Amino acid sequence: MKRLLTIFAAAAAMLTLGSAKASGELFIYNWTEYTPPELVEKFEKETGIKVSVDTYDSNETLLAKLQAGATGYDLVVPSQNFVPIMIKEGLIQKVAVYDLPNYKNYVESWKKPEWDPEHEYTAPWQWGTTSFAYHNDYSGKGESLKEFFEPSEELRGRLSVFPTPDEVVSLANIYLGIPFCSEDAKQMKKVQDLLVAQKEFVVAYNNETMSDLITSGEALMTNHWNGYARLGRLAGAPINYAYPKEGVVGWFDSLVVPSSAKNVENARKFMNFMMDPVNMAILTENQGYGDAIKGTAQYYSEELKSAPEVNPPSDLNVVFAPTCSPKAQSLIDKVWTKVMQ
Amino acid sequence: MSNWLPKSAAGRRWLGLAPSYFVIGIFMLVPMVIMGVFSFLEPNPYGGVKPVGSLDAYVKLFFEYDLEDNLVFNPGYLNIILRSFQLSFGATLLCLIFGFPVAYFITLQPENRRNLYIYLITIPFWTNLLIRTFAWIIILGRGGVIETPLLWAGIIEDSLRMMYTDGAIAIGLTYSYLPLMVLPIYASLEKLDFRLLEAASDLYANRFEVMTKVVIPLCKPGIIAGCILVFIPCIGAFIAPNLLGGGKKLMLGSLVQFQFASARNWPFGSALSMLLLSAVVVVLIFYARAAKKREAMEGTA
Amino acid sequence: MSSVPMENTTSPRKSKKALPVGHYRGLASWTVVFFVFLYLPIVVLIFYSFNANRMVMNWGGFGIDWYIKAFQNDDIQSAVWNSLVVATVATVVATAIATVGALVLARGGNFRGKTISLGLITLPLMVPEIVTAVAVLIFFAAIGLNWGLGNVIIAHTTFCIPFAFMPIRARLEGMDTSLEQAARDLYASEWETFRYVTVPLLMPGILAGAMLSFVISMDDFIITLMVGGAGSTTLPVYIYSMIRRGLTPEINAVSTLLLLVSIAIVTAYWIMSRKTET
Repeated sequence: MKRLLTIFAAAAAMLTLGSAKASGELFIYNWTEYTPPELVEKFEKETGIKVSVDTYDSNETLLAKLQAGATGYDLVVPSQNFVPIMIKEGLIQKVAVYDLPNYKNYVESWKKPEWDPEHEYTAPWQWGTTSFAYHNDYSGKGESLKEFFEPSEELRGRLSVFPTPDEVVSLANIYLGIPFCSEDAKQMKKVQDLLVAQKEFVVAYNNETMSDLITSGEALMTNHWNGYARLGRLAGAPINYAYPKEGVVGWFDSLVVPSSAKNVENARKFMNFMMDPVNMAILTENQGYGDAIKGTAQYYSEELKSAPEVNPPSDLNVVFAPTCSPKAQSLIDKVWTKVMQ
Repeated sequence: MSNWLPKSAAGRRWLGLAPSYFVIGIFMLVPMVIMGVFSFLEPNPYGGVKPVGSLDAYVKLFFEYDLEDNLVFNPGYLNIILRSFQLSFGATLLCLIFGFPVAYFITLQPENRRNLYIYLITIPFWTNLLIRTFAWIIILGRGGVIETPLLWAGIIEDSLRMMYTDGAIAIGLTYSYLPLMVLPIYASLEKLDFRLLEAASDLYANRFEVMTKVVIPLCKPGIIAGCILVFIPCIGAFIAPNLLGGGKKLMLGSLVQFQFASARNWPFGSALSMLLLSAVVVVLIFYARAAKKREAMEGTA
Repeated sequence: MSSVPMENTTSPRKSKKALPVGHYRGLASWTVVFFVFLYLPIVVLIFYSFNANRMVMNWGGFGIDWYIKAFQNDDIQSAVWNSLVVATVATVVATAIATVGALVLARGGNFRGKTISLGLITLPLMVPEIVTAVAVLIFFAAIGLNWGLGNVIIAHTTFCIPFAFMPIRARLEGMDTSLEQAARDLYASEWETFRYVTVPLLMPGILAGAMLSFVISMDDFIITLMVGGAGSTTLPVYIYSMIRRGLTPEINAVSTLLLLVSIAIVTAYWIMSRKTET
């Protein structure tokens, strides 16, 4: 029994240590492996603020946690289509990003995004695209989304698709020329038919092992993210990221401050820190997605500068998914449930 | 030392059960009641609920508005539930067939070696489930640990396509939950009095009868505990179906997950959970009734 | 998975008659197959932890880089530490609660509310994890409980109770009470009987229950992800959230190190138990 009590005491001591927070702190909640340690160390060294990073797996998890109440986090990193929801639900606060000294480095073309036109809430993190990638042995060139949605015979049982509807349905919308978040049942029926027909060819619905599927040859084509595809290629996967002529789905992750944050000034300091091209370049080099800060390219390695996954063709049509209305969302939900039955 | 214990049987009962009641009551039952209430509310468009009563979630379980808004019967969700039950049943059976002889074998070992075996069974589970499942992809997959030597030896010519099949899911589930079967069976076999077996044998029971008429009935509580412990997590499993099965058919676990995450329909997710919960409760009540009947019969015999 | 290995690996010299009652042919070989099945993925996983390549499944030569990286990665270390703390505390508490609960339910005879009590204790088993996760999250938020890792420990303790409870109850059910009776007849106090007779008899069940709880807690992802506050990232949460970057052999390296720790514990236990016996 005594031993038990000792363990308890130790645990209790740890808990109280964990909750006794000094003022110079910053709690970041981000996707795993999305916050390079060297960046955190640099920030800590420059400002003396102690940073703590926790990780989550999806925008939905983040939203659910913020909705449930205070979390103790000062900075979180949602994708663009979740920012309006969080604003509407009062989950994040205005922090006047436009007033920060390094705001001047924001790339002009990225300014005034739909999800936060005045930059009251969001500071840039990374942006990337969702498209598909193909094996060197595949006969096509990844020029059209048709190759992905209406595959040729060689892809029967060799195609991999993401297991969640958001990006897949958006890509299908681009291919079929249907607006995102359509509320028109007839249009969504077309999406449903397309995806049901595509399923004949699917070996797996997967968003974890895409590059491995290509390497082993289990799949010849797979849904993919650009930065992840680059990592796969660098690790030796015979993989090519496709830029279809119809366009690709884009996503933009931003730093925002939850309404319940305790260290708002420190959070702003970190936002400003990240808008410095030197620091942002460290992040981009580490992640291999894209950034929205001027002057970062000079700090890139040669490899990154020439990586096809990071340098899309200039005429590429990148479409960012907006926040869907409940009606549109329920149609997407219906389509996906049908496909998965 | 035991002076502080209450004297009456009822008092002791209460004292022994109080911690369980306290912890599970507060941190499980109360949240479940919240869920139950949620299933009768309207969904908030961006997750959460609106405080407006509604039966929509339950209607949706059996009927759907098709894309043109007509209410039609929809067996889709029921099929998913049925499929999940089938798969869980199969995996439980596999675990039992695979695990029981091992639990029995361990019981036959000298006493101090038994704990070692038990540790050996749990050691692999210090590793994360996702990582272990990934290892199965390397083993079963195209050009993997099993295929490569066979290809090299010329026994097979093309990929066996073992991955992304129901068989792969079954292997994954069996692997994930095997200790949940072996440990309870072992715990109940371990107290088996082997003199009973000898007695049975002396009474001309053959080996098969010794097993089916003596060993298995005596360790029934362990077998049942094991089956429950395996069956229930299998129903909600989504890692093996997704990673090894390719996620081509929705399972109950993924479906509920989907309602709370992507679809953001908490009431429907709650209603699905309530349905699942009641299905399991019905099974358990049925089992409890049967056990009581058996006890009563044994008591009068 | 047929019964083939049961037959062909038994040594031909052993005749059927030589087997004592209760022993069956092929049990040992079956167990060997079982352990091969159990450890094959572990061998693969350890092998790939020495992969020099970034992608787990794409072999790029032998290297120990990932071990060095794992030792330098503070996030992973704190995640491992959090996991161990949560699993240990939850296991100890849940096993203690489950043991007294099981004693009452298996020994207390028939009483009103027995079935309900059983149902309540096994409730955490029956609810899909995601539901528990969301419900508990809402509940914690409603009562304003924000203890970081403490939230996670409470949640884990709750769902570990049935996992500890089932083997202990299975062991207790029908356990011979004659030894305890004898101890009482020899004027052992109630506590002494419990401490020196009941508990040792019950130990295999308690051990099995504790092991299950520990394993379950070490693997839990969804509930931890949902109920944890700042500073409560555990290893599974860390691993499962790596999706956008892909898994690296670093995780395999960490897993291998964890295995080593568990093997060290087993060995220590093994040596200790031998000493006490001689």
